Amino acid sequence: MYDVVVIGGGPAGMAAAIRARDLGLRVLLLDDNDYLGGILPQCIHPGFGIHYFKEELTGPEFAYKLMSNLEGVEVKTSARVLEIINYSDIEKFVVYTSPEGVKKVPTRTIIYAAGARERHAFEIGIVGDRVSGIYTAGEAQTLMDIYGIMPGKEIVIVGSGDVGLIMARRFSLEGARVKAVIELMPYPGGLARNIMILRDFNIPLYLSHKVVEVRGRGRVERVKVVKVDENLREIPGSEFWIKADTLVISAGLIPNVRLLSDIGVVIDPSTGGPVVNDRLETSIPGIFVAGNALLINDLVDYVAEQGELAAEGAKEFIDNGGILSKHWIKIEKGENIRLVAPHYVSGERDVWLYARVRRPMENVVLEFPEIGKRIRLPVVKPAEMLRIKLRAKEIREAENKITIRVIEND
Amino acid sequence: MTKVYRFTCIVCPLSCTIEVEMEGGKIKDIKGYTCPRGKEWAIEEVINPKRVVMSVVPVEGGKLPTVSVKTERPIPKDKIPELMSMLAKIKVKAPVKIGDVIAEFEGVKIIATREA
Ligand code: SF4
Repeated sequence: MYDVVVIGGGPAGMAAAIRARDLGLRVLLLDDNDYLGGILPQCIHPGFGIHYFKEELTGPEFAYKLMSNLEGVEVKTSARVLEIINYSDIEKFVVYTSPEGVKKVPTRTIIYAAGARERHAFEIGIVGDRVSGIYTAGEAQTLMDIYGIMPGKEIVIVGSGDVGLIMARRFSLEGARVKAVIELMPYPGGLARNIMILRDFNIPLYLSHKVVEVRGRGRVERVKVVKVDENLREIPGSEFWIKADTLVISAGLIPNVRLLSDIGVVIDPSTGGPVVNDRLETSIPGIFVAGNALLINDLVDYVAEQGELAAEGAKEFIDNGGILSKHWIKIEKGENIRLVAPHYVSGERDVWLYARVRRPMENVVLEFPEIGKRIRLPVVKPAEMLRIKLRAKEIREAENKITIRVIEND
Repeated sequence: MTKVYRFTCIVCPLSCTIEVEMEGGKIKDIKGYTCPRGKEWAIEEVINPKRVVMSVVPVEGGKLPTVSVKTERPIPKDKIPELMSMLAKIKVKAPVKIGDVIAEFEGVKIIATREA
């Protein structure tokens, strides 16, 4: 019997496995790719690890640092989990298939770190011909930066989030022409350092626009773009066509939680990931979650941190026969907070809260009224996750709930 | 002739909008920054913008068909196309270790960031 089966060998899963091993647990790490690292090996740009490793690394380098510290962890790649069986709170099974066949292994706890999936063209309302040349940003990145294949020559990118912008740079560097980045919202989605890419390569950014149609015979030939008003409604008569052979969709990520929702784990519609307590335990005791399966992060550093937290949760669970906190205080979303995790805190330990705002604001106070905590911030943006430490002592000031809200600085 | 460059400063999360006014290759005015670090960064951005460049090069006999590489230091932005066409001609043989020097470009090492 394993103490922990970690599902997913990306940064969250590897960090969880390493921490769990350090805490003396018997760990099995499963990943369905034939290499570890999740999406990191294809994220060849720098900007990773400044918090976690205190040095700036590329994605593959970040992954390598974790990979070379897995001694004592049983690792299986090409191992796809088919099912989680929650036999009882203290005994679970993980069923996976691998080149060795289908296996069903017993474990005390599970750390679920299966990452996220990308939204595809048909999920964002793009219609038209069934043609080749339509990729998600991650697919295009895998093609280019793992397999060395150029997806196309004249490219339109949907979405100005970090992944879309980073791909715009990669395409431009490799000699493709990025004809436009199309963003639905009236502001760009990515971090400022990535928005610079547009200027570096003279790439036009269309804010408040969307791609609605793709046309071509066999391959993408042109895409139809339309302007939207402040309620994101299409403005009639504003349509125009852009000639392109490739459409790349970078329209956000959705936590990959199917294996969890199959067994009744409660999902928070605003994060898309499970509802968790301050041990990152889901609504099923002994099943923990970390990384982009918990909520979409913008820094891998926080993903790895969540992996460690989940491992510490698993250790406590095994030692005490459960996470035995008696009183849970709910974290409530107030003004301009779109999502927050964890959802319940105990006041028995310090916690990191991860939150995102709905819309950009300047000169604000991030406030927790029930406990009298106020943090001034010059700016908040949906693209930049807020990460706030609540101390156990502060949490105990509250009775049943703690609201998190962002209001104007008075 | 004056030319105005507008940047969002990326040195810290405050993201100030900095405007640099240039006249005849000289800085005439610079405004919008909140701290000296931002000012310095904006000047560098106008006078001599530099970037770390990353790419992949094909690898023979490796686990994956390519190995990812980066410049060891930022290089001048206008040298990037030259660097990219040099990289386009390179092929390496496995095994490659992280940190291996794959090539050199005007004194800047191109190093592998992935194993192959
Ligand atoms: S100018 Fe200074 S304060 Fe403003 S964003 Fe740049 S570094 Fe931050």
